[in-house]
Amino acid sequence: MDLQALWLTLRLAAVTTVILLAIGIPLAAWIVSTRSPLRPLIESLTTLPLLLPPTVLGFYLLVLLGPRTAFGRLWIHLLGHPLAFSFSGLVFGSAIYSLPFAVQPVVSGFHAVDAALIDQARLLGAGRMRLLREILLPLSTRSILTAALLCFTHTIGEFGVVLMIGGDIPGATRTLSIEIFDQVQDFHYTAANHTALVLLAVSFIALVVLYRRNPRSWSLHA
Amino acid sequence: MPDAAAFHLSASVRHRVAGFSLEAEFSIATAWTILFGPSGAGKSTLLRILAGLISPGEGQIHLNGRSLTDTNRKIAVAPGRRGIGFVTQQAALFPHLTARENIAFGIRHLSAGQRTERIEELLALFGAEPLAARKPAQLSGGERQRIALARALAPRPHFLLLDEPLAALDAASKQTLLAALRSLDVPALYVSHDLAEVWQEDAAVLVLDAGRIHAHGPAREVLAPHRDHLLRLLTTAR
Repeated sequence: MDLQALWLTLRLAAVTTVILLAIGIPLAAWIVSTRSPLRPLIESLTTLPLLLPPTVLGFYLLVLLGPRTAFGRLWIHLLGHPLAFSFSGLVFGSAIYSLPFAVQPVVSGFHAVDAALIDQARLLGAGRMRLLREILLPLSTRSILTAALLCFTHTIGEFGVVLMIGGDIPGATRTLSIEIFDQVQDFHYTAANHTALVLLAVSFIALVVLYRRNPRSWSLHA
Repeated sequence: MPDAAAFHLSASVRHRVAGFSLEAEFSIATAWTILFGPSGAGKSTLLRILAGLISPGEGQIHLNGRSLTDTNRKIAVAPGRRGIGFVTQQAALFPHLTARENIAFGIRHLSAGQRTERIEELLALFGAEPLAARKPAQLSGGERQRIALARALAPRPHFLLLDEPLAALDAASKQTLLAALRSLDVPALYVSHDLAEVWQEDAAVLVLDAGRIHAHGPAREVLAPHRDHLLRLLTTAR
């Protein structure tokens, strides 16, 4: 197995997860607390990557990151190279692609916090930041862990967006899922099997960690 | 503690929500006022408006000469800046914090020494010293309510809203806590739908029914029309 691809995949998943939590938690707090008419629009936009075919998302991101758009030109001006076909570009695309997995569990977690607790915190003088820091976050740790694990595993397994934005550059954009594709194309089924088993194991372990934290709701035993 | 003698609350609010209309205009200056009315009369909604948790459709609320809500002048003081404490039937203690940390939540602005002193004072008042290190899940219903009252009183509110916080307690616990509360001399609006309880209290009563204030005055005067019903209740109770 290509250890370089494994390291790149893990690094991509970790960086994407950190970025998504940094964006997703405040965004989720805004979604559950705002009265803005823009809320349905923003919620729809954050959920859209869940429904779009990865190639469609990847295509639009490729166009957006290229020299044909002002955004793409700005990045080229800032970094000296296009965002597409680079590790930074992969992070950008992965963050967009996995955004629903960061936002939705946290929104659900925040919604599940008893409104009476929010009322009391407000009555006792807590502003938005203190409410988030001292009430919502500690009472939503399970949802935040879920979001983190989903972002991590989803990024590890993504293929379409990575291929569209990053191509297949060894050491720069070739992740494990791209490597499996290459190995199958070259009829190296044994190698493909080994790589696939690594992805399967990572995803399975992440889910076991997630479900181990779920409380038992009820019991048939005394 | 705030000076109950200088206390004055006036409110004139109109609010519509899901087919229910609340129109209440009243002014209170007595230290202990009971808001009496049947379930669904709008008592909790009125209290939430006074606390600033709901913005009324229109109206004004003044506490001790300070404007807390004025829809015409777009004044809406935040709940935490009104100087109002609010305790409901649901203690709503923060489950991840100990009783001591719950009480400390609203007095972050005090120095560590002042904070500790205030917490000890309130724990002693409600006989809750042994509960200080426990989390809400380790407390009984009555213990939770004691901590909830201590938490609401910690920032020294000018006015206390009590939405049946003692309803689930037995009579003896209820009397003990009521006596502790009334000893503090903090003006309070205490919600009850228990006619017998209100009759026995030496307090001013506001009668709210179907979203309207129907009467305001001493308990025996205001509840006179309900006397026959009350007698039936007391007889049945005996």
